[in-house]
Amino acid sequence: MVTATQTAISAQNVDFYYGDFQALKNISLDMQARKTTAFIGPSGCGKSTFLKLLNRMQDMVPGARLAGRILLDGTDMYAPEADPVAIRRRVGMVFQKPNPFPKSIYDNICYGPRLIGIRKAADLDIIVEKALRAAALWDEVKDSLDKSAMALSGGQQQRVCIARALALEPEVILMDEPTSALDPIATSKVEDWIQEAAGNLTIIMVTHNMQQAARVSDFTAFFFLGELIEYGPTDDLFTSPRKKQTENYITGRFG
Amino acid sequence: MALFGYDYQTRRRREALALFLIRASAVLVLAILGGILAFIFYNGFSAITWDFLTQFPRDGMRAGGIFPALLGTLLLAVGSLVIALPLGFGAAIYLAEYARPGALLTAIRLGISNLAGVPSVVFGLFGLAVFVGVLGFGRSLLSGSLTLALLVLPTVISSAEESLRQTPQSFREAAIGLGANRWQAIRQVVLPAALPNMLTGAILALGRAAGETAPIMFTAAAAYTLALPDSVFSEVMALSTHIYNMATSGTHIEEARHLQYGSVMVLMALVLGLSLIAIIIRARLRRGRQW
Repeated sequence: MVTATQTAISAQNVDFYYGDFQALKNISLDMQARKTTAFIGPSGCGKSTFLKLLNRMQDMVPGARLAGRILLDGTDMYAPEADPVAIRRRVGMVFQKPNPFPKSIYDNICYGPRLIGIRKAADLDIIVEKALRAAALWDEVKDSLDKSAMALSGGQQQRVCIARALALEPEVILMDEPTSALDPIATSKVEDWIQEAAGNLTIIMVTHNMQQAARVSDFTAFFFLGELIEYGPTDDLFTSPRKKQTENYITGRFG
Repeated sequence: MALFGYDYQTRRRREALALFLIRASAVLVLAILGGILAFIFYNGFSAITWDFLTQFPRDGMRAGGIFPALLGTLLLAVGSLVIALPLGFGAAIYLAEYARPGALLTAIRLGISNLAGVPSVVFGLFGLAVFVGVLGFGRSLLSGSLTLALLVLPTVISSAEESLRQTPQSFREAAIGLGANRWQAIRQVVLPAALPNMLTGAILALGRAAGETAPIMFTAAAAYTLALPDSVFSEVMALSTHIYNMATSGTHIEEARHLQYGSVMVLMALVLGLSLIAIIIRARLRRGRQW
């Protein structure tokens, strides 16, 4: 494959504060388009904090402050004229705990499209099927689309959430420990989805599970105490880490 | 036998004693409540007939029915709900979803919970001064509904705010993450999820207000009127004040005893009915909505 690498999201000298606490220190990181990038590191290292900056979810947190720039496809997403709502439609998010709305599966998937004014049933039907197929859930739920998403199993719920994010056809999907609340079978289904989506979609995920990072990601970034310690192709980082801290972490000596 | 200096037998005895006391207080409370209900039922049951519910009082309230009072109480209840619900839910949404934590918010919350503890007669006097007097609504359905609305507002706001706070943060995050703005997230996801509990709280508050006497006596209630209300500016009768009048200011109080108990029974049935409606609404809206 000879596609030139292209940057989907570029973080440049990002500092981030919760009140007086500096959660991120001078992070610069280019995340490749149509690749899967994993963030690893011990709890509290800032990886989830950083992830939530990438679609402005941190806007909801009172007292948070950002310095530096984060470019989405070359445009600063924190520029004064940037619209956070538009950014979140281009950069979707899947959360740690499956969080379907207490609505039917169908209405869950349609939530995003309806927000941007798609109302026609025929259009929505197509979107729902496409999104559920993309999330590898269609065959399991196609006969029960009007059932409450809350009634599904945890793994199915998480794939509803993936489908719900995909329905907006985002350029990037952020996943915050997407399988930590799931059992092994459900986890492998979500991982299968990540691997199938690779090549079409930019996926950026936080994981506590280093085997998972090794299995599904193209690039890995290791965070520690709010700093980006090492970033590179996953194979290189896991087989020949350049930094001592990275090596200690991936060999299980701390964290 | 003491093991590690611990006397298990004493502990068991204490546990048994505690359990006995807790059980006894529960039984006592139920017995008192049951006793009151049985007493009223026993004394009032003979008065309850179809005519009692559908006719006007006659012969200086010694005979006839309670229709205008029943109607008045229902209208006042509906009126205060129509006023208190939008105001209360609006305030609750602001407090739970928009207000930044800080001294101001704490002060507002404190004010609301203090208002909930203000005796109802104070609301009655306020209603008399402001709605009946200054605003010139007179003693009317409107003044009474407004006064009752003020009375229930603190409870409606507190319970609605609590319901909103109990809605998982993850719903808001999910909606925002899909490109909803704050209001869309609240209206489309948070509110539908919180509504059953918000409504339940409001209806329970209303049930209590429906039985209130003082606020209505000052602002809405006629002791006796032959005219049914034809506008929001009409005076109305109300069950609670009707009971008060029959039991205190008639010339034949003893003769009308069974009618008083009958009216009390109807009022109680009304309040219990409202609670029942609240429970049914919650159960219905909640189906398949556990999280």
